Parts: sequence; structure tokens; C-alpha cells
Amino acid sequence: MKYLCLIYDDQSVWAKMPKGESDKMMEEYFAFTEGIKQSGHLIKGDALQPTSTATTVRVRNGKIGTTDGPFAETKEQLGGYYLIEAKDLNDAIQVAAKIPSARFGSIEVRPVVEFNQQ
Amino acid sequence: MASDGADDVRQRVDAIYRSDSRRVLATLIRLLGDFDLAEEALHDAFAAAIESWARDGVPANPRAWLVSAGRFKAIDRLRQRARFDASLVSLTEQLGDATSSMNELDEDGVEDDRLRLIFTCCHPALTPDARVALTLREVCGLTTEEIAHAFLTSAPTVAQRIVRAKGKIRDARIPYQIPSRADLPERLDAVLHVVYLVFNEGYSASTGESVVRQDLCAEAIRLGRLVVELMPEAEAMGLLGLLLLHDSRRAARNAVAGALVLLDEQDRSLWNREQIAEGVTLVERALGSRRVGPYTLQAAIAAGVGAGTEAAAKLVATGSEIATPEQMTPAGFADFIKRDLEDMRAAAKLAGLGK
Repeated sequence: MKYLCLIYDDQSVWAKMPKGESDKMMEEYFAFTEGIKQSGHLIKGDALQPTSTATTVRVRNGKIGTTDGPFAETKEQLGGYYLIEAKDLNDAIQVAAKIPSARFGSIEVRPVVEFNQQ
Repeated sequence: MASDGADDVRQRVDAIYRSDSRRVLATLIRLLGDFDLAEEALHDAFAAAIESWARDGVPANPRAWLVSAGRFKAIDRLRQRARFDASLVSLTEQLGDATSSMNELDEDGVEDDRLRLIFTCCHPALTPDARVALTLREVCGLTTEEIAHAFLTSAPTVAQRIVRAKGKIRDARIPYQIPSRADLPERLDAVLHVVYLVFNEGYSASTGESVVRQDLCAEAIRLGRLVVELMPEAEAMGLLGLLLLHDSRRAARNAVAGALVLLDEQDRSLWNREQIAEGVTLVERALGSRRVGPYTLQAAIAAGVGAGTEAAAKLVATGSEIATPEQMTPAGFADFIKRDLEDMRAAAKLAGLGK
């Protein structure tokens, strides 16, 4: 079963982090990604640019409306994701708990709907 | 086998329903992988038992008969539905193909199924409210109305909580399994917390329809016993001890209508000595393991403060010697425990046992 692990953390913490520390975090992320690649969990993962680069798009009455910024202003922002294949929720939780940001941010684990299931 | 009278059979079926329906349900959930399907199958199986047993006599192993009947009834239901829903075809085949699982019906297997059910109902991915409702419904067999009554809420609210929880178990695929060693402490905490919440709800009620709330205390104790029986971990014993010790004073505490009688003023002849003895034994066993947690400590306090006997005072002393607030989890408990530890040391000193 596929789960999407959404990584929420405070992007200002990242921005303020001294270089040595952020390098160490990145190393941890690379090691984590390599680990779940080896274990067969990883399908895809990406980091996102900060919410200052976000644009929210809506179509109303056939007209496109765009606004600057994320859909919702929150204390912690969506900063990246991993799409994983896991046996069940317990397995997915084990993976999510190892994402480095889990130690100061939060990981939302969402099962993916699979259409055309036989 | 000679056929029994219809009334006799009905009585036997009723008795087996009371003693074994939750065990049968737990196994059916594992075999069928679906709570609702398993519940339907459970009721189909008991309905079939009334007919079949009156005709052929009660089988040697009624539980195995019921599981087997329930499984076949569920496959029938699925086959019917599969005519309209192609996605069910493979599931139906899978269940039909599975070799008869009679060999999985040994005692260990059945007990494991009950544990699986408890851990699934108390999964930390469910809200605490949902855990309590689901556990009382599935593990204890209370009706939605009974749960609503006990928690002073409406039946639709409880029903909705249960439906949502089952939906999450299905859609997020919460597995039906006993947690691994590494996860066990956290997961057992979640189970014990549910037992604690059920008891508290019954115990803290000073108003309302007290009969129902007392049932809730009894239900929590039953659940606590089940957990200890299936998984005799120190904290499980500590919690059961705590519940028994509190419950032992219930009659004295509620002796005056409309008011709570405090410990100092209670008529001690109203205390339930058997419960106290059992509670103290459990606390001793839990303390003996040297893996003391908050429930065991609270139980040691309850044993020491209340009973005032030498044995109980010794418990307090032992507890206060080996426990440090830092040992306590969750972290939020630490302050609370620190205060309790001071009480315990004071109590131990009074009893002439403290340092």
C-alpha cells in the first residue's frame, strides 16, 4: 500500500540554521533516503522551495485567479514529501519516524487511494 | 449425540455467547480482515447454532464450530455481493481457498487473536475517544447505547466515533497484529490508558445513574484482568492492582447519598477485603519486577495509604526506594509522580519504614 509522508516544519528554523548544522541535516536526509531506497520503501521524494515561492491557483466562473502564497498560512509549512510503499500503517509509521524533520516538525502520513483495485 | 431440548440449546447458546462471543469475533476479524463483516458473521453463526445444535446436538468444541460457521456465512455474503461488486471477487476467492483454519484454533491462537483485537482497538493512530468506544464495543461487547449511556453522550455520537475508527482501520490499513517488542511499551501504554479512562469515567461519577457507571468500573476491571492474563507485564499488573484497590473502597466512598465520603471518614468495614488482598498481591508482583511505572506507583500509594497494614506500608517504602521521577513516562507525569513520591515517603516514615 502507498502512503504519502508530508513533512511539515518551521521553514524559518531552516533559514536561521548555521551552515554546519544545515549541512548535517542534509546529510541525515541523504542517509535516510538511501536507507529507505535499500529497504524498498521509497517510491519518490522531494524537498520543496519555501512558501514564499508558492502561488495558489483557483478557477471561478471559468476565470483563473492566482494569489501569492500558500493555501493556508500555518506555523509549520509543507516542506517536502516522501511517497513510500509500506506493508501497513505500522510499517509506514516506522519509516515516517525516521525522517529527520520528525524530531522538530511533524510528518503527516496519508494512505493513497488506489483506483482500479482488483 | 441425542438432540437436546430446544430450550436447553437456547440456554447453552446464550451462555456460550456471553463467555465466548468476543473470542469468536476476534478470530473472525483476523480471518476475514474486516470488522463489520466479522460482526455480521458472528451473528449469523450464533443464529445458525440455535437451529443446528437443536437438531444435531451441541458440538464438542462450540467455539471452533462457530468460527467455522461464521467464516462460511461470510463467504456466502461476499459471494452474493461480488455479483454486484467486481472488486470483491478476489477477496471471496481468497477466503474460499484458504484451507480450513481449524488448526489455528488452538488456545494460543485464540488468545493471540484477543490481543490483536485489543491492540488494534487501542491503536495510537485513533483518537482516545474512539479507542475507548471501540474497545468497549468490540472487546467488551457493550452495545452502542450502553456506551453512550455510560459516557453521558448520545448513541449517534458513539456510533459515529466507531464508524470513523473502523473506517480508518480499513483505509489507512492499521494491521491486526500484536506489536513488535520494540513498539510494545508505547503500545501497551495506549491499551492501559484506555482501561484507566474507562475506570475513571465510572469511578469519578458522583451524579447520574450510578448503576451504569458502576458497571463501567466492573468492565474496566474485567478488561484489566484480560490484559494481565494475556500479557502479564508489570504495568498491566500495577494498573489492575490500582483499579481493584480503588474499587474496594467504592461502597464506603458512596455510603452517604449524594456526597463522597473521604478516606479518613470512611467506614472501613465496608471495604472489600478480597479486592484489597488481590490488589496488594498484584502491586507486590509489579514492584518485584523492578520495572516500575506510574500505574504501579499509584497502586502502591493506594495500597499503602488506605490499608495502613505493615505489608502495605512496606510496599510504599519499596516503591519510593526504587522509583525516581525520571523513570516515569510520559514526561507530563513527572511532576505528578514527584508529588506522589513525597507523599509515599511521608507515609512510609509514618509507618516507621522510611529512611
